[in-house]
Amino acid sequence: MSLWVDKYRPNSFSKIDYHKEQGQRLKNLVQHGDFPHLLFYGPSGAGKKTRIMILLRELYGSGVEKLRMEHMNFQTPSNKKIEIMTVASNYHIEINASDAGIYDRIVVMELIKNAAQTHQLDANEQREFKVILLTEVDKLTKDAQQALRRTMEKYIATCRLILCANSISQVIPAIRSRCLSIRVPSPSNVEIVSVLLNICKKEGLTIPMELATRIAEKSEGNLRRAILTCEACKVNQYPFDKNQKIVEPDWQNYICETANVILKEQTPQNLLNVRSRLYELLCHGIPTELIFKYLLKQLLTKCDMAVKREVIQVASDFEHSLHRGSKVIFHLEAFVAKFMAIYLQYMEDTVRAV
Amino acid sequence: MDAFLRGGKASAGDEASTSKGRKEDKKLKKPTPWVEKYRPRTVDDIVEQNEIVATLKQCLQGADLPHFLFYGPPGTGKTSTIIAAARQLFGDMYKDRILELNASDDRGIQVIREKVKSFSQVSVSSVRPDGKPCPPYKIVILDEADSMTAAAQAALRRTMEKETRSTRFCLICNYVSCIIQPLTSRCAKYRFKPLSRETMIKRLNLICLEEKVSYDTRTLDLLVDMSGGDLRRAITCLQSCVRLKGEEGIVYDDILEVTGVIPDNYIENLLDVCRQHNYDKMEHFVEEILSKAYCAPQVLEQIQEIIIPRPDLTDAQKSHICEKIAVCSWRLQDGASEYIQLLDLGCSMIEVL
Ligand SMILES: Nc1ncnc2c1ncn2[C@@H]1O[C@H](COP(=O)(O)OP(=O)(O)OP(=O)(O)O)[C@@H](O)[C@H]1O
Ligand SMILES: [Mg+2]
Repeated sequence: MSLWVDKYRPNSFSKIDYHKEQGQRLKNLVQHGDFPHLLFYGPSGAGKKTRIMILLRELYGSGVEKLRMEHMNFQTPSNKKIEIMTVASNYHIEINASDAGIYDRIVVMELIKNAAQTHQLDANEQREFKVILLTEVDKLTKDAQQALRRTMEKYIATCRLILCANSISQVIPAIRSRCLSIRVPSPSNVEIVSVLLNICKKEGLTIPMELATRIAEKSEGNLRRAILTCEACKVNQYPFDKNQKIVEPDWQNYICETANVILKEQTPQNLLNVRSRLYELLCHGIPTELIFKYLLKQLLTKCDMAVKREVIQVASDFEHSLHRGSKVIFHLEAFVAKFMAIYLQYMEDTVRAV
Repeated sequence: MDAFLRGGKASAGDEASTSKGRKEDKKLKKPTPWVEKYRPRTVDDIVEQNEIVATLKQCLQGADLPHFLFYGPPGTGKTSTIIAAARQLFGDMYKDRILELNASDDRGIQVIREKVKSFSQVSVSSVRPDGKPCPPYKIVILDEADSMTAAAQAALRRTMEKETRSTRFCLICNYVSCIIQPLTSRCAKYRFKPLSRETMIKRLNLICLEEKVSYDTRTLDLLVDMSGGDLRRAITCLQSCVRLKGEEGIVYDDILEVTGVIPDNYIENLLDVCRQHNYDKMEHFVEEILSKAYCAPQVLEQIQEIIIPRPDLTDAQKSHICEKIAVCSWRLQDGASEYIQLLDLGCSMIEVL
């Protein structure tokens, strides 16, 4: 029994549910073998990976779906061994090089050079090149991105890169200049609703319009999340009820509660409480960007415009310094402390005004 | 993975398949992207960069070659220039006379000392096997030199001086400030300017003609504007548009789509919302822009373009916003959250508008 997200993943451009025109264009693109390297970017759950897999299928036929997971070993000049998970078929290989941390340059280079030096399966000469799919390129170190530049050009005849990123703002211009960037916007709520209705129909379920709409609104444009939520709702309660509870991710609730803790009391004692909650989130591997974003969002709901401005200013400053420093918790905590000070002042002012 | 790598025939030393020598005859069969297809093959094909072209022509006539340092933004022809020149200088012996090291190669101190040294110590004659004269030196190309550590650059200093008799160096980088001063002073420096509109249009025209692409001038103009003097980007975009569209010709909107430019009405709306001092709408807007996968630096750039010529804003307002744009852009460079930075900018605009 596979999850709905996998079960109903479209496998050809004619079957995708939204951005249909873009699908048609991608299909045109691969008709000729001379397309450049590709860079897919868009928010998570927008459907980048789905489109890439369809594209590969168009290129090589259904053989690309025979996937194997394998570990690959690399060695750094200082003789440190690194092991990386890869997913590969006979025609392509997928790797998340940022898993190798600061050694990502070595991984990327070894991989491309190896791949480029072997010819394509020549059985029926489907394509003259292989594809290397690099995910999360925006997380690659600048060093690794630099290393890609000339290599991408040199081996272009035997090896095409497909890069995948959440945002291109962290991809260096030299790489962007070498790729065709393909923007994959999130689906709109209407589009999400229609996908959900479709899936339910195929499952033989009836879902009230109101519920589908609520799920779509909660999913923030992330289709994967919407489908997972929908399936979870089905497990919780079927037949559906239009007012039934929609399960939200635990971590998101936890961040909201944390914000409420901050709003309740602005004392050093409470700061300690908050600290342990932040540690809790970090331990569970919740990305700091998300912690910052949802914390800020929740805190702002209780502030008026002047305070909002001040808080955002502070937040943007601390969230930035977090990328320059090494210990995330310092910056998160500094933000909370600063917020408490601002908020306290604000409350006192309001009381005095009354 | 193994099957993926083993898949093909083993091909030890298959370097040649990627070098141009063989590509020439394979070109008919092997579809290469247009950037590679239209990469200049001789020094004469290089457009715009007159100074260096003149110098190189003299070298081709037999003048001695200095050490070079090429710097300039991406896609202005740095790599192409030196490679084309080297091909003309050495002809078939290209492979023996050139050592190309780029950012993908390991370029630590050790490597610089050993690899470069052993390469340059073998002395070379001044005639080709076929009897034609050729310059009695080799060239080491250090492409993407700005990613070399300062220590490795320092190690290069000695090597460069010691081996001048038999070896010339050519350093290539985007940012000349990343190269240590003792190296820059040893080289003849050439700045590769972003290509001018006219040259880009001429070159693109040529390609369109070769590839039988139909287009109108407005489209080409936009393409050139969007690529900011980066010819590679322009060619890639052009080809992408053509291929994405299939058989039809390319039009204005196609270019907008592949370059990731945000439609102007988005930015106008954002300004309007800020003028209404409506925080909620502004926040909603920021989320909307990001969910459409437009990137924050692009938003900043376009806001700036729009507000500067606006007659209805005072200088004080403009300078305030531009200052914020600068700060946000710097923070984004360090990897700060796009969402929070755009909110910050939005708040500033609400404040001053
Ligand atoms: N001056 C030029 N004349 C002709 N073609 C050019 C010129 N500049 C760039 N091009 C085109 O752009 C492509 C890329 O140029 P090249 O590789 O030389 O850029 P680069 O300056 O080395 O960039 P980077 O800094 O990113 O390495 C070439 O294949 C060619 O098609
Ligand atoms: Mg180059």
